[in-house]
Amino acid sequence: MPGATTFEHVTVIVTESLTKRYPRVTALDRLSVDIAPGVTGLVGANGAGKSTLIKILLGLAPATEGTAHVLGLDVTKDGSTIRERVGYMPEHDCLPPDVSATEFVVHMARMAGLPPTAARERTADTLRHVGLYEERYRPIGGYSTGMKQRVKLAQALVHDPQLVFLDEPTNGLDPVGRDEMLGLIRRVHTDFGISVLVTSHLLGELERTCDHVVVVDGGKLLRSSSTTEFTKVTTSLAVEVTDTDAHPDGTGALRAALAAAGAAVTTGAPGAEGLASPGHVLFVEATGDETYDLVRDTVAGLGLGLVRMEQRRHQIAEVFRDADAQAAVGAPAQAGGAPADRDATAGQNTDRPTTVGGGNAG
Amino acid sequence: MSTETTPGGAYIHNIGYRHYDGPRLGRAYARRSLFSQSLRGAYGLGRSAKSKVLPMLLFAVMCMPAGIMVAVTMFTKASSLPIGYTRYAIYLQAVIGLYLASQAPQSVSRDLRFKTIPLYFSRPIERVDYVVAKFAAMASALFILTAAPLVILYVGALLGKLDFVDQTKGFGQGLVCVALLSVLFAGIGLVVSALTPRRGFGVAAVIAVLTIPYGAVSAIQGIASLQGSEPAVGWLGLFSPITLVDGVQATFLGGTSSFPNGLEPTTGAGFVYLLVSLLVIAGCYGLLMRRYRKAGL
Repeated sequence: MPGATTFEHVTVIVTESLTKRYPRVTALDRLSVDIAPGVTGLVGANGAGKSTLIKILLGLAPATEGTAHVLGLDVTKDGSTIRERVGYMPEHDCLPPDVSATEFVVHMARMAGLPPTAARERTADTLRHVGLYEERYRPIGGYSTGMKQRVKLAQALVHDPQLVFLDEPTNGLDPVGRDEMLGLIRRVHTDFGISVLVTSHLLGELERTCDHVVVVDGGKLLRSSSTTEFTKVTTSLAVEVTDTDAHPDGTGALRAALAAAGAAVTTGAPGAEGLASPGHVLFVEATGDETYDLVRDTVAGLGLGLVRMEQRRHQIAEVFRDADAQAAVGAPAQAGGAPADRDATAGQNTDRPTTVGGGNAG
Repeated sequence: MSTETTPGGAYIHNIGYRHYDGPRLGRAYARRSLFSQSLRGAYGLGRSAKSKVLPMLLFAVMCMPAGIMVAVTMFTKASSLPIGYTRYAIYLQAVIGLYLASQAPQSVSRDLRFKTIPLYFSRPIERVDYVVAKFAAMASALFILTAAPLVILYVGALLGKLDFVDQTKGFGQGLVCVALLSVLFAGIGLVVSALTPRRGFGVAAVIAVLTIPYGAVSAIQGIASLQGSEPAVGWLGLFSPITLVDGVQATFLGGTSSFPNGLEPTTGAGFVYLLVSLLVIAGCYGLLMRRYRKAGL
């Protein structure tokens, strides 16, 4: 796999055809991934196997088949040692309301094996780093959701782990809180030097934070690639315009004009079936800043009103639709081909050269 | 490192993130820490002022009769304490029951209710460490509660110049008795509390489990005694926690039982009492382990 980002000897997590079967469902299906140091996003719909994977990586649940190594340690043999060196922030609420953040985090630091004095010092440091100051002496019950999330993050970081698992850390936060949390997660790696595995079902929010994104669905690896690679291929602009007297069908006119200017335009979501979607929204493949300029200039040239132009939020569903198209994009034969033709090639090429560790694609 | 100067001329050092390279003491230390935290918590230490009230009050109530007895013994210059060391806890079983009902749910239901359990299990400690630490902490808390009045009695007896050998023997037997009672009650209390994440239910359930069997056993023992079937009286005591302890102490620890007519189980029955007690303790441990198999993550 030339050029693959994880083709290095430094890895924090390696799984080899990892499988977990419960009596009724298969939670993980021959999952093989290599995760390098840095911030890695683990994306998948609810029930895609994200939590099961974390549970196995913490050495808390045995895998049915396959192997997994965290920080070079085998999860089946060295679970206790692994848990000493990693942190875990659960998705759900996990804080008792009647104690203060300081007391709680000190207790959790001691549970991680820190001596009493060190536990106090590390707690004070960590709470300050996640942005809790005077309020840390008040009972947690009175905290806002954002503050609680910070305490949850602090307890995962207090023993200075080499790797943290953050399960849906932005759950329940408002947009500002979400941005702050994402910034904090980024800092955990850049400033603290701790590798991060963060799960989410929103690809859009992870692409700003992560160096690398792993997409799982139904326990299978769908994609594993660096974030830049991801956004380069999937970014599209949603454009909506008004109709004018000169152009009774503004959308149609803009589409023709943009196509003539060489932009890849569709009326449906990329990869979706059917070109005659009922909405008046055009999806323009964004190749860079010039695409924004092109859309602006074209709309102005036609004298249409621009209702909106936004970078589309990438939902997980898009990746499913794109999964096969990715292979086509990565293939050399695609060079120069019109990306608008992607629908035609989708489903025919199941070989995924850009997928890292994707030996299970078949 | 960056340094900023405030208008007042003071320095603020931003030392950034510091890594921890000190010792990590591992599983055994974490288990000990959980034990001491739970034990302190059982008396409200390290918790809010409000949560100290009930355990401390019950502790005082538990010790007060011992103080009074010592005073009476000294005053009347009696040759023995009015009540045996092994019987003391049995007499005050209601106080012990209340204490257990208030503290056992506090110890385990909170972690279940607020889903703190996954945070423990994502650390070096394992399920067995958690269960052992909680069990030992609850048993120790009960032991402190039940042994403290015995210490008062013993010290009082010695100050009152009662026979040293007799008193020491009784005191030792009393300690063994309350140790058994503490472990047995801790197991029952924790199993019942661990069933529900709701603290209120836990309190009610623990009280119910301790008092209903006792009431039923006493009533049936009374009826059996009236009808003259004395062997039945002895065996019936197996069916409630406190009469179980009562049977053991009456047989092996030189006490007298609270059964009707002061009946005592035969030595054979006594062994059965002891065996059942130990089985119940082992069963509670097993149930707790089973309970937390599902509760992690």
